[in-house]
Amino acid sequence: MNTVRVALLHLRVGVMNDLQYRVNFALQVLQSALALATGLIVLALVYSHVTELNGWSQPELLAVLGTQILMGGVIRALIQPNMMRLTGDVHQGKLDYALTKPVDAQVLVSVREVQVWQAVDIVLGAVVIAVALVRLGGDLGVVDVMAFAVALAFGAVMLYCFWLLLATGSFWVVQMWFLPELFEGIFQTGRWPVGIYPDWLRFGITFLVPIAFAITVPAEALTSRLDWQTLALAGGFAVVLFAFTRWFWRFGLRNYTGASA
Amino acid sequence: MSTTPATAPLAQEGRLRSLADFYVTTMRTAVQEQFQYRAATYMYLVGMVAEPVIYLVVWSTIADESGGTVGGLTAGEFAAYYIVWTLVRTMNIVFTPYGWEERIRNGQLSGQLLRPLHPIHYDLAEFAGGKIPWVLFYLPIAVVLTLVFHPTFDIRWQEVAVFSVAIWGAYLIRTFNQSALGLITFWTTRVGALFQLYIVLELLLSGRLVPLTLFPEWVQTVAWFLPFRWTFYFPIQTLVGDLSNAELLGGLAMQVFWTVVGVGVFSLVWRHAIKRYTAVGN
Repeated sequence: MNTVRVALLHLRVGVMNDLQYRVNFALQVLQSALALATGLIVLALVYSHVTELNGWSQPELLAVLGTQILMGGVIRALIQPNMMRLTGDVHQGKLDYALTKPVDAQVLVSVREVQVWQAVDIVLGAVVIAVALVRLGGDLGVVDVMAFAVALAFGAVMLYCFWLLLATGSFWVVQMWFLPELFEGIFQTGRWPVGIYPDWLRFGITFLVPIAFAITVPAEALTSRLDWQTLALAGGFAVVLFAFTRWFWRFGLRNYTGASA
Repeated sequence: MSTTPATAPLAQEGRLRSLADFYVTTMRTAVQEQFQYRAATYMYLVGMVAEPVIYLVVWSTIADESGGTVGGLTAGEFAAYYIVWTLVRTMNIVFTPYGWEERIRNGQLSGQLLRPLHPIHYDLAEFAGGKIPWVLFYLPIAVVLTLVFHPTFDIRWQEVAVFSVAIWGAYLIRTFNQSALGLITFWTTRVGALFQLYIVLELLLSGRLVPLTLFPEWVQTVAWFLPFRWTFYFPIQTLVGDLSNAELLGGLAMQVFWTVVGVGVFSLVWRHAIKRYTAVGN
């Protein structure tokens, strides 16, 4: 309970801190709008040549795009800033300050940073999804919406785990400046349903980098093609991955000798 | 500077030689730096390769689903396009406007202005040097992509010759465009949004996203009058496309034209920008 309170408090301070910089909001809106425009142009270009891509119609792919934008917002607002701070702290020997606090260290390193304005993408993604649903005809049941929300939550947990696994790597490999570029590059695969990729790549972005679970699976819920087995698999994989990540984090901590002090 | 007319040509020659020395030394340092952090550089490169692989998968899927070709291109031709794309992209990496923003915000530029050489020489030399390890790192990636995606190539030696010049032309055009954009940070330290707009235009009108022939006619016409296509589409097409010798040389001429324009715009903005510069920091 205490841990939860500490986490929420950290988040609040982070939000308040970021809210001071109003101009960043305008800039973020501009950048998100440009990114969305690019995505829409690409979709229009693709569907000027075909009517279906791997069985997905244009409004259905719009739902995929919306989900990817939304999930990207979650990552860049909540996950990535914390993980980059973690790698930076290890690099500069400042992690000890977090470790000596009487709260669970994993919780603490996961809640210290928030980039509020990145949440523009969360809103934008939701809007895109809404537009896609309207264009799809809107015979979406409550169950579908709930499945979408659950799949999205599983996906967010998995991506958090993936980021923490990478960031924990900084206990051994100190140079980690490339992480955002590397992740951003791979994350772009989520713009398209995972089915279009060749097998080896599909396996990679399902189980090594859980992008298929985080984007394609929720989007499947929205387009009424998700079966319960897939959702259960996503849930099971999220639990396993979380347990593994927790173990790996502790293993890393045990090997960490600190750089300062 | 008081040189008598008799020694002037000599001084000129000495200056050229020291400039060449400067380039060689800076490039050599850049090569060593890139090798030193090779793991990090390689990971960065892997992230970069995701972009063409996605485009390639999407468009070869479309080609397959619409009976073998789309816009006259087969899956194998798309593979060839995007594998060469990756090399062109590697050559295309230049000092970004963010670099200028950083350099001005933290006052690093003040020190650089005291040196006898314009800072652009440093950027040009450093990134040119970085190309050598980058292209080496690219080679295994190209082999893997070739094995996985089965590109179809039909290359003449003239094309290889023009290609090896054109990738440097692309490098110069992109350096001067982005540096001119970077100079905007003399007026505002927030260049991000503008740079993003530049990147979107480039993405669409350079052939970076898709071969330009997939766009409607009018987009192709617009693209012809802008510098972007000479930094991606043209160099890629020299190897992948079926250009005549006249088209190859004409393309190089266009690259020269846009490099000259880029240098012109850059020097013009620089002259105004530098007058406004007041140092912050060291």
